[in-house]
Amino acid sequence: MFYKIHKYLEKKSFPLLLGIIGVVSVGGLVEIAPLFYIDSTIEEVEGMRPYTPLELAGRNIYIREGCYVCHSQMVRPLRDEVERYGHYSLAAESMYDRPFQWGSKRTGPDLARVGGKYSDEWHKTHLIDPRSVVPESIMPPYKFLAEAELEYDDIARHLAVNATLGVPYTDEMIASAKSDVTTQLDEFADDYDGFVARYPNAVIRDFDGDADKVTEMDALIAYLQMLGTLVDFNEFEADLDENLR
Amino acid sequence: MSYDQIAHIIKVGGTVAFTAVFIGAIFYALWPKNKARFDRAAHLPLETDDNPELSDGETHNER
Amino acid sequence: MSTLETTAPTNPHLKTDGSMWPMLFILIPVAIWAMFAATGPGYGTFGGVQMKAQAGIMLAALIGGIIYIVGRMGSETPVIDHSRYADTIVKYGVVATTFWGIAGMTVGVVIAAQLAWPEIFYFEGAWTNFGRLRPLHTSAVIFAFGGNALIATSFYVVQRTSRVRLAGGYWPWFVFWGYQLFIVLAATGYLMGVTGGKEYAEPEWYVDLWLTIVWVAYLLVFLMTLARRKEPHIYVANWFYLAFIVTVAILHVVNNLALPVAITSAKSYGVYAGVQDAMTQWWYGHNAVGFFLTAGFLAIMYYFIPKRANRPVWSYKLSIVHFWAVIFIYIWAGPHHLHYTALPQWTQTLGMVFSLMLWMPSWGGMINGLMTLQGAWDKLRTDPVLRMLVVSVAFYGMATFEGPLLSVRYVNALSHYTDWGIGHVHSGALGWNGFVTFGALYCLVPWLWKKRELYSTRLVEWHFWLATLGIVFYITAMWGAGISQGLNWRAYTELGFLEYSFIETVSPLHVFYVIRTIGGLMFLLGTFIMAYNIRMTILGRGNAVSLRDDGSLKPVPPAVSPVPPTLAPAE
Repeated sequence: MFYKIHKYLEKKSFPLLLGIIGVVSVGGLVEIAPLFYIDSTIEEVEGMRPYTPLELAGRNIYIREGCYVCHSQMVRPLRDEVERYGHYSLAAESMYDRPFQWGSKRTGPDLARVGGKYSDEWHKTHLIDPRSVVPESIMPPYKFLAEAELEYDDIARHLAVNATLGVPYTDEMIASAKSDVTTQLDEFADDYDGFVARYPNAVIRDFDGDADKVTEMDALIAYLQMLGTLVDFNEFEADLDENLR
Repeated sequence: MSYDQIAHIIKVGGTVAFTAVFIGAIFYALWPKNKARFDRAAHLPLETDDNPELSDGETHNER
Repeated sequence: MSTLETTAPTNPHLKTDGSMWPMLFILIPVAIWAMFAATGPGYGTFGGVQMKAQAGIMLAALIGGIIYIVGRMGSETPVIDHSRYADTIVKYGVVATTFWGIAGMTVGVVIAAQLAWPEIFYFEGAWTNFGRLRPLHTSAVIFAFGGNALIATSFYVVQRTSRVRLAGGYWPWFVFWGYQLFIVLAATGYLMGVTGGKEYAEPEWYVDLWLTIVWVAYLLVFLMTLARRKEPHIYVANWFYLAFIVTVAILHVVNNLALPVAITSAKSYGVYAGVQDAMTQWWYGHNAVGFFLTAGFLAIMYYFIPKRANRPVWSYKLSIVHFWAVIFIYIWAGPHHLHYTALPQWTQTLGMVFSLMLWMPSWGGMINGLMTLQGAWDKLRTDPVLRMLVVSVAFYGMATFEGPLLSVRYVNALSHYTDWGIGHVHSGALGWNGFVTFGALYCLVPWLWKKRELYSTRLVEWHFWLATLGIVFYITAMWGAGISQGLNWRAYTELGFLEYSFIETVSPLHVFYVIRTIGGLMFLLGTFIMAYNIRMTILGRGNAVSLRDDGSLKPVPPAVSPVPPTLAPAE
């Protein structure tokens, strides 16, 4: 029987093609497909919310500049990593990340929990000239971010596309997306209360210290400062059965 | 059907599929009748190759 | 395109060919989209200026193609001689492979130097920062250098082993030029900051779509050629090529599914998020290694080593068994890139087990390649090209031993995120993919351009030793850097505190990064020497004496000794 099957396969290119497709499909189906409907893949945690428009814009700059090629965003449950970076990463913490930015290399440190660890001023100085604050650093300078004005005219579209894909952005969030960018940069903005209601725990301040314009530096620092801060680990019990996987 | 059941079925199915493919490949490779065709196939790259119409080897064209 | 005018008009193999017309059904709609995108509203930072520039490049290329087709077809219907192999396209592929190899490796040396001497090699502008150049380097060497090598050799091999001219008329040319356009779009996109942000899958949605079109054309050309073959058996190299082409198509489409912000925006958001995205990405990423860099290059090995050594492959049976085993097992191994992450542990374990199993079929391929030389080992002393091919197989064996080792959770805990991974991929990329490609190019150039032998065998020796030494520098430096990083990150003081801050683990790497840069530079230098040798061979200088070519007959090996193995007559 095998003989006949293979004789057929070797003589015909299309069946050989189908044989290859069949064989290579199995592994992918078994490993990937279950993750989409398995409840236990992503923990239920308190505090996860979609990115604010400014954070999303900052995240896109993070991606644009290829930060992920040197910085991971995934703290592994190993003693030294937890002590160095903080609580190990949960699947839930990247549930709105398109694409994920777990990374594969740490030429620089992990950034999954960098939010709140340094001041805005430190980030700005460091991004403009890394070696001015960390002399041994081998990070590239990102001076141009401080000068480049953030283009966010179309930010509502970005939220809408994410909403289409399943990120829980409401119509209200999309409608106010553009003004929310400037609201997040101004503690005295008119819509302060509305913004906080839409994005609980979002940090509101002028991140780059330059109140005159909205820069890419503002957006990137806003993103860095919220990384890993959403889930309250005082309330998350990692040892519960439902959180083991 | 629960997730665990589905997962179990596809894992077992995957293993069976792999075993079948692998045993099939071994049978095919070791089948005595195939030896001649494999020898011929193994010599394919060594034949003169400037022109599709020319060949130093015999063309065992079965069609 | 092949020269047809020289053949006699009575040749029964001459057939008119109208295959260029249907290309317009692809080129014109895409050109219309590109025109919109180049002149349309544009959308913000993430697709405004960049989208216009990218669409402009695309539009220029497509209009060029359309004008060429209309001009060519408008004057007369081309005639194709089916009694000749389509070799001109392989020649183009050889040149493109060499060109992109130099480009990609040069960028590699630059970014290595950036990490070694950040004060000197970082520039103020955004375009040349490490984060943008690194994807440029990886894509250029994998997809531009490796991809062109695969396309060129597959076109060469499938014709010879099927004994039929490439199918599809001018569609192979669509594949070739379409692929170059993909490379240019991806590369310029990275420099401008257009990226999807998933490693080795960085091109944005419109580039992905374009590549999909080109790749389907490639699959069809290859399949149709196989379907028309005059040989009863499909030679095993073609099995590997076919597995490479079709699996890469599946991986590419599944991993890159995305929704653009607007039809004229260069920014898109993927359909997967977080952990699902991670799993899909590394399923893609690992199988890009498995099917692009392994299956495809094994196909090169299975043709060029037997051909160059003038011996049939050691065990055809083994090649069949290890083919099915490799393609089946590889596809499961992706999760070993995600050990200790938030991916469910059962998936990680599955990935590890299959990675360990992968060792055996991988070595099956290595053994088959090496043992083909059985009884011909003496050729290694005199033929540096054959030596290059064989050493590539040895590096393949080494990399496929190291891979399963690194996939073990406990080893991975130390090695992951460190330079050990970089060293591992480079022992595979430089040693295996690089050397087997160089070997194939050194074989192809005299065969295609009908020369007795290469311009200079001594230069091949230089290339071989420079590159080998460069690889040794590179991978030992990365082992040192990686293990020192891994150990320093987890070093504790006697009091139970972490011994080093992160930056204190960076400073010791400087010396390794310098050695790595030197190693890379030596490898690059070797490639330059190859490019020179290829050029001089094409020009017919030195030993590259032109062979008689009366249009239909094979070249006669000149009666000089020793006869180069490439031209040894078949038994």
